[in-house]
Amino acid sequence: MGNEMMKLLTGELFEDDTELTLGELCRICRLPAERVFELVEQGVVEPIGREPTQWHFRGVSVRRVRCAQRLEEDLGVNAAGAALALDLLDELRMLRARLARFERDRAE
Amino acid sequence: MEFKDYYEIMGVSKDATQDEIKRAYRKLARKYHPDVSKEPDAEQRFKEVGEAYEVLKDPEKRAAYDQLGANWQAGQDFQPPPDWDSGFEFTGGSYTGGSAEDFSDFFETLFGRAGYSTRGAYGGAGARREYSMRGQDTHAKILIDLEDAYTGATRTITLKHSEVGADGRPQVKERTLNVRIPKGIRQGQQIRLAGQGGAGIGTSEAGDLYLEVEFKPHPFYHVEGRDVYLDLPVAPWEAALGAKVKIPTPSGSLDLKIPAGSQGGRKLRLKGRGIPGKQPGDFYVVLKIALPPADSDEAKKAYESFSDAFGGFNPRANLGV
Repeated sequence: MGNEMMKLLTGELFEDDTELTLGELCRICRLPAERVFELVEQGVVEPIGREPTQWHFRGVSVRRVRCAQRLEEDLGVNAAGAALALDLLDELRMLRARLARFERDRAE
Repeated sequence: MEFKDYYEIMGVSKDATQDEIKRAYRKLARKYHPDVSKEPDAEQRFKEVGEAYEVLKDPEKRAAYDQLGANWQAGQDFQPPPDWDSGFEFTGGSYTGGSAEDFSDFFETLFGRAGYSTRGAYGGAGARREYSMRGQDTHAKILIDLEDAYTGATRTITLKHSEVGADGRPQVKERTLNVRIPKGIRQGQQIRLAGQGGAGIGTSEAGDLYLEVEFKPHPFYHVEGRDVYLDLPVAPWEAALGAKVKIPTPSGSLDLKIPAGSQGGRKLRLKGRGIPGKQPGDFYVVLKIALPPADSDEAKKAYESFSDAFGGFNPRANLGV
C-alpha cells in the first residue's frame, strides 16, 4: 500500500538550471503575455535576449512574478511598487542572514 | 464555534468609517503579508485580517454582523440565532484577494459558502458546460540539512492539504512523498515536482508542486547565498605564530594553514568549497581568538610573563585615550 506515493520523485532545481521562454513563464504563472511585458518594463523580472521572441527567463523569475502578483492583489501596490518591494526584500533577506551570523557571535 | 470579534482583529472601533476600516486593513495586510512579514504567525494573522475585512468592508455583511449584538466576546462559544440574517439581502459582493476557503467556520456559518467567488475558469453565469482546468500549482517548504546541499539527498516529506470531501466540507489530508534533493541547492530555491500539485479537472493535467528549501540552523556553519561561514576558535599562539589545524567543512574535514600574524576576525577563504554548483560558493573561515582560562597559578604565571614580554603593547592605541 502506498507504493505509488513512495516512488522516488526527482524534482527540477528551479532557479539556475532552468531557462524559460516567455510562453512557459506565462503558462506557469498563469498570466497573459501583456502582463509579463509590464512586469519586465518595471523590472520585476529581467529577460535574457533582446526581442520578446528570443526572451528567456531564469527560473527565479517564477518566484518574483508570483510574489509581485500576490503583493498587487493583496496590498494594492502597482508593478513598480512590487518591483521595489522585491528588491528590498532580497536585500533584507541577505542582511538578516548576515545579522544572524553576527548576533550569534555576540551570544557566545 | 468561537465568536470572532472582527473589530478587535482589525483594531478599529465599532463605529469606524468605511475609510478607516480600509486604512486599517491596508496597514495590517502590509504588516502580516506572508511575503513580507517576519512575524512567526504572519500567515494565520493575514488570513484572520482578510476574513475580518471581508465582512467589515461590505456594508451589508457588516450590518448583518453588527446586529448579532455587542455583547459577544472574542473566543466565546457562539451559535447564531436561528433567524439572525432574516431581512438581509446579500448581493454577493466580491471577496478580497484572500482565498475564501481559508475562512473560519464562524464566517462560513454566518455567510455561507455559496457566495464564494471562485477564481477558476468557470463558464459564464449559469452556463452548464463541460470544462476542464489544469490543476493548481501548490507550494510547500521543506527543511534540509546544509550537508544535503553538498551531496544531494533523498527526503521523505509529509504534506498536509485540504480537500473538499463528499459532504462538501473541507478535510485535512496527508500525503507522503519521497523526494530527491538535488546537490547544490540553496536557501530559498525551489524544486519543481511536475504533476504533483492539485488534481486537474476534466481531462487536464495536474498542477506542479513547488518545494521551497530552507536550511536547518547549523550549530557551527552559517550560510549566506552560496557561501558558507565557519567561526574557527584558535589559540593566541596559533594566530600569532601560524599553525596547521584540522577544520570541519560540510564536505569533510581538512587541514587549514593559519598564517602567522593573524588577528581575530581574519577571514580565510577556501575557494569553491561553499555550496557546489556551476558557480560554486566559497567557504570562509573566520578566526576567533580563544583565551585559555587563567584558573591555576601556572596559568596566571604564564599570563604575567606574557604581559612582561609585551610591556609596550597597548591594544587601545587607536582609541585616542
